[in-house]
Amino acid sequence: MSALLEVRGLRKAYGDRLVLDSVDLDVHAHDVVCLIGSSGSGKSTLLRCLDLLEDVDDGTITLGGVEISDPLVDPREVRKRVGMVFQAYNLFPHLSVLDNCTLAPRRVHGDSKAAAEERALGLLDQFGLAEHARKHPDRLSGGQQQRVALVRALCTGPDLLLLDEITAALDPELVGEVLTIVRDLAAAGTTMVLATHEMAFARDVATKVCFLHQGRILEQGPPDQLFTDPREDRTRQFLARVLPA
Amino acid sequence: MLLALGVAITSSPGWPNVKELFFSWEHAKGVFPDVLDGFWLNVRLFLICEVVILVLGLLVALARVARSPWLAPVRVLAVVYTDLLRGIPTLLLVLMLGFGMPALGLQGVPISGTFWAGVALVLSYSAYVAEVFRAGIDSVHPSQVASAQALGLSRPQALRFVVVPQAVRRVVPPLLNDFVSLQKDTALVSAVAVFDAVFAARDYAAYNFNYTPYVVVAAFFVVLTVPLARFTDWLQRRWLARERAGQL
Ligand SMILES: Nc1ncnc2c1ncn2[C@@H]1O[C@H](COP(=O)(O)OP(=O)(O)OP(=O)(O)O)[C@@H](O)[C@H]1O
Ligand SMILES: [Mg+2]
Repeated sequence: MSALLEVRGLRKAYGDRLVLDSVDLDVHAHDVVCLIGSSGSGKSTLLRCLDLLEDVDDGTITLGGVEISDPLVDPREVRKRVGMVFQAYNLFPHLSVLDNCTLAPRRVHGDSKAAAEERALGLLDQFGLAEHARKHPDRLSGGQQQRVALVRALCTGPDLLLLDEITAALDPELVGEVLTIVRDLAAAGTTMVLATHEMAFARDVATKVCFLHQGRILEQGPPDQLFTDPREDRTRQFLARVLPA
Repeated sequence: MLLALGVAITSSPGWPNVKELFFSWEHAKGVFPDVLDGFWLNVRLFLICEVVILVLGLLVALARVARSPWLAPVRVLAVVYTDLLRGIPTLLLVLMLGFGMPALGLQGVPISGTFWAGVALVLSYSAYVAEVFRAGIDSVHPSQVASAQALGLSRPQALRFVVVPQAVRRVVPPLLNDFVSLQKDTALVSAVAVFDAVFAARDYAAYNFNYTPYVVVAAFFVVLTVPLARFTDWLQRRWLARERAGQL
């Protein structure tokens, strides 16, 4: 079976600083790929490259058999199929929760207002946010805001979801409610690539874990293997630092 | 303090003279109907110019933040426009357009001094307002654009639905401040013999050798501008309170 997303030899530099180097990655439908690695290893940059929010310097990214790293490809066509959620939620503060969720379906996908709202309300309800639909984001807790951001990304029915440390800005007691949703999505077969510092969670939901070190995927494999018996010394050292003894 | 100042002024040797020249009840009553008539022109001028200024100012600001390569000439034009028109004193613009344009005698070009004085106000103020809008647009965090783009919105769509609505909200207080100033500057049209409140007052003053009409016009402007200034203050405080509400 060919992969939904194929990354080959991806290279990205900011000026002289090489941030991603020869990154190869396959993501199949229903995969949950977790990117782990220390701060500055390039996890966010990789996710941003996959969403074409950054220009890549070399290498190819193929989504559903189409090379999207080709400069002639319209990034908007790609983003119609890929959802992204950021660490800082980035909800639109001037729009209600519902309007946040229906903006892209209506303006990008051309859905009618009624259809977009019906779908958004359904998803908000599913994630326990129905009562907040008419509120503005600043009335919500961080955990609720991040769940809204997830719903907003899901409203367009993306083939692939990119999540960048979506619990990193949350108070510890709010992390659970967001991770539960991601776990549910994983169980429902949603294809995801996520950067995370939550090792227990990665171990739990990932079908594949990638360890990034200085812009390279140093090691990738199923969580059981990578967390218990890593091949690389670097991986072992990193895990020794972040995993409770 | 104020009382002492008042006493000092009214007990000065020239006070009876000044009182008769500037604060004559007779002349105030005499000029009132003319000033009222003229002031209606100031108010209309303000209301019409305000709308055009808002639209033009926003368009110039959008031209300045445009990214597409083929809009580069428009961007340069917008920069020149704001620099040039903020540099020229508004009074000079009023004089040049108010006297110059009708004098051209061109077919189809309006010859009304009022019209061109209004155009001068629009040009001058839209350059300021464009800068206010641009500051507002720049103050919206880039992550807002990034998440709009991640949702598939084009850059114009991101501006239209995400950036501009937030920017406009933020710049309402400084904009209202500019409009308080515009209300007063409608008086500049009197420089090109437009029969506004100030011109009416000057006419009366010159005829009767009395300056009371100026005080009357000043009172008219105060009555018009103070409510807007109060409203601006109130709005600013309310929004500040709301913005801080979540951060404590
Ligand atoms: N816009 C930029 N300009 C220059 N350098 C950048 C830029 N964005 C990121 N970098 C650099 O690229 C490197 C990788 O950053 P990235 O944000 O991808 O790391 P990360 O793995 O997501 O880290 P974290 O866990 O802290 O989020 C860092 O060294 C960072 O300083
Ligand atoms: Mg990051």
